[in-house]
Amino acid sequence: MISASQRLWRTSPLTYVALVLAALLSIYPFYYMMVIGTRSLDSINDVPPPMTPGGAFGDNFGRVLDNDAANFLTGMMNSIIVSSVVTISVVLTGSLAGFAFAKLRFRGRNILLLAIIVTMMIPTQMGLIPLWGMMQELGWYDSLYAVIVPFLVTGFGVFMMRQYASQAISDELIEAGRVDGASTFRIYWNIVLPALRPAAAVLGLLTFMENWNSFLWPYAILTPENPTLQVSLSFLSYAYYTDYSQVFAATAIGTLPLVLVFILFGRQIIGGIMEGAVKS
Amino acid sequence: MSLSATTAPPSPAPPPPDVAARRRRGSLLNRLDLKYSPYLYIAPFFLIFGIFGLYPMLRTAWMSLHDWDMVGDHTFIGLDNYIELFSDDYFWNALVNTFGMFALSTIPQLLLALFLATLLNRTFLRAKTFFRMAIFVPNVVSVAAVAIVFGMLFQREFGLINWLLSLVGVDQIDWRAHSWSSWTAIATMVNWRWTGYNTLILLAGMQAIPKDLYEAAEIDGAGQWRQFWQITLPMLRPTFLFVVILSTIGGMQLFTEPLLFANGSIIGGNQREYQTLAMYMYEKGIYNLSTAGYGAAVAWAIFMIIVLVSLINFILVRRSAK
Repeated sequence: MISASQRLWRTSPLTYVALVLAALLSIYPFYYMMVIGTRSLDSINDVPPPMTPGGAFGDNFGRVLDNDAANFLTGMMNSIIVSSVVTISVVLTGSLAGFAFAKLRFRGRNILLLAIIVTMMIPTQMGLIPLWGMMQELGWYDSLYAVIVPFLVTGFGVFMMRQYASQAISDELIEAGRVDGASTFRIYWNIVLPALRPAAAVLGLLTFMENWNSFLWPYAILTPENPTLQVSLSFLSYAYYTDYSQVFAATAIGTLPLVLVFILFGRQIIGGIMEGAVKS
Repeated sequence: MSLSATTAPPSPAPPPPDVAARRRRGSLLNRLDLKYSPYLYIAPFFLIFGIFGLYPMLRTAWMSLHDWDMVGDHTFIGLDNYIELFSDDYFWNALVNTFGMFALSTIPQLLLALFLATLLNRTFLRAKTFFRMAIFVPNVVSVAAVAIVFGMLFQREFGLINWLLSLVGVDQIDWRAHSWSSWTAIATMVNWRWTGYNTLILLAGMQAIPKDLYEAAEIDGAGQWRQFWQITLPMLRPTFLFVVILSTIGGMQLFTEPLLFANGSIIGGNQREYQTLAMYMYEKGIYNLSTAGYGAAVAWAIFMIIVLVSLINFILVRRSAK
């Protein structure tokens, strides 16, 4: 028999050194964000560069809020609205279609599923220019509709829910619902959706993160007067690039919500990503 | 057996009258529900994707065959836009830049991810979840925030990186002034954000390899290094291909990091030192609305490059199987 401590050392200490180093490199930029965001502007040019947080965060973030050109709070609100609406829609449409593909029989099922998988491999920028023109015609330039409506469904959402539904929900369960005279939608709402909850949560988290962080399209279609958070940050960063502490205070606040979400649900998010990788 | 011959087969109990009646009444509705509701459920995806995904893509192709002004006229010019691309120095410049950054990000990143995944795959590793989360957390940060933070780290006068380099006697580097240095800085951002993600994907692939392969190798006296080369790497091939193709799709569309590194200038540096293909597409198609047709041609060129690079990867990985 080998004792626990012997087991521990069977994984060589070098392994831990390398992993701790990687973890430090991963986390350092967050710390750096905090250092610069809480320092007053004049300490930025210090040599050696500042390494510890200061006490000027309130002052720095106050400048962000007073900055009429950056519309930081509008950006924050817009990002919350856009990410939430898109997330709810992606989870609902994804689970509904995923359920249909996994558990209902209909003509053309396989070919339609294949079509959805193909859409997942299309580079997103392909349609950017005409989409921009379409938004002009629809009158959605600088409107939140432009950054919400095209993203209400994703092929990834359908596919992920389909994979989960086909293994998590037994055909007997659905049959039992039918025998009780439930309509297909009732079966979805009362039986399938509750059973899909774990996968729906992961899909929801991933979708929220993706939309919160999305940049190119909002940057193309929104103006600095009505930005999402990321567009506001980018505008701050190049219009006020000399005021680093202001830019970093805003960046830290904009990053914080997702870091909190990740600390709370990181285990599930990582599980979802790793499972998805094996299946595809 | 006589017993079973004399016993009547159990007959199903007749349904209670109200259920039977409800079934008859609802039977037409029921049949419609069974037959058509699946289409109803998958319709939202196809509807919205059709309008905002597929249609714009086809329209990109159509536009690319025109001299197309987004706010004015358009005339059909066949393949002229594509022919022009071949002699467009700015396009080739963007292509070289994109591939430069792609190489500087993908190659070290995948090697590092492979290394980290091997470490995380150790059976008796402590604090597994902590390490996984710590390595993945950069992926949670928006590209805009990453670009802001690293833009500062690579600042010329008081950036941390130049200060660290000064400790070993390297003179201040103006990271934004040369191709190689700006590519390195931008690739560093990409690497920081994506190494952890790729590590997890590779780790998942490693964990799907049957354990008895390793046990058999152990009995045959194969060391760890040998097991890695003879079992892990070959079995990991499909996962590796997946990761490479994902990186290719992402790398060819690189946009935000170089844009913010250039303080929002769409040409990426004074001499276009780090303008990528995606930035060039944006410059031609949206920044200058009058050349939208040409921008659309750039979009299709990017698409074809992605397909080509993915195919080459596919063949290389395939061939290494033999």
